[in-house]
Amino acid sequence: MTTQPHGPHPKQPDLEDLPYSWHMALTDALADLLLAKGIFSADELRATLETIDQATPAQGARLVARAWVDPDFRTRLLADVNAAAAELGIDAGAIPIRAVANTPEVHNVIVCTLCSCYPRFLLGPPPDWYKQRAYRSRVVREPRAVLAEFGLVLPDHVRIEVHDSTAELRYMVLPMRPEGTEDMDEEALAALVTRDCMIGTALPKAPKRA
Amino acid sequence: MTTARFRPGERVRVQAWDPPGHVRTPWYVRGHVGEIVQVIGPMPDPEHMAYGRTDAPPVVVYRVRFRRRELWPEDADPHEDTVVVDLGETWLTPLDDPAKEEAA
Repeated sequence: MTTQPHGPHPKQPDLEDLPYSWHMALTDALADLLLAKGIFSADELRATLETIDQATPAQGARLVARAWVDPDFRTRLLADVNAAAAELGIDAGAIPIRAVANTPEVHNVIVCTLCSCYPRFLLGPPPDWYKQRAYRSRVVREPRAVLAEFGLVLPDHVRIEVHDSTAELRYMVLPMRPEGTEDMDEEALAALVTRDCMIGTALPKAPKRA
Repeated sequence: MTTARFRPGERVRVQAWDPPGHVRTPWYVRGHVGEIVQVIGPMPDPEHMAYGRTDAPPVVVYRVRFRRRELWPEDADPHEDTVVVDLGETWLTPLDDPAKEEAA
């Protein structure tokens, strides 16, 4: 039996092999100081990061589905997303979130042209394209071209309204309930509401009938 | 200043300022005319908070709607699409009173 020589192969870099940037150093120093001063504990820091990382678009989808089946909840959601989320046991975080409702005349899209503000506590981490300069700079100026690249072509009579999150507020889109879902329950409806539906780059679709 | 100076429906012009430091007013709306959609109310001013000045007075924040065709008249797309931007009152001047519009 011959032994296969274990030749050199490309080394997969560890995270620590990336350059240690000024901002990484600042973040580490700030965290160390806050821990040393007892502002919060290591476990509290860990738990907060865990909460942020565990947030998923499924939480936002539950709010949308409830709003579709309960008009009173829809009214409360449009008035105060954080309070409406709390009704369903969802912690939407401290920053106020506003829901913008799609109608037959207006389609809403969210962006943060200055950086990458996003309702993370409700939708989880933003997709990479949401943080990229291409999306941020183009969607305000040529929204139809950008949405078409996502496969979403809207009728000419629908006005596209882009919401630029420039203040201490976050936005989510409340899409319209698709036709053909009249006999679906709330849980099944929630499964139709994807992340992009709540950013405004997609529309919820009714399941295909067999 | 915590009472709102502008009301929904009112048209305002955004200051064409170019100040140093932390600014939350995007370039693409500076000097342009928009319509107040909603008064959000007084909020901590991020242009001061960015420097740790937590005792600075709050700023009234508005949702202001701009017509894409007014922002970029050179673009060919004829659709009446809009952008809504959250802006602090310090950046807004009444459209019907040019005397109050300060030079950039």
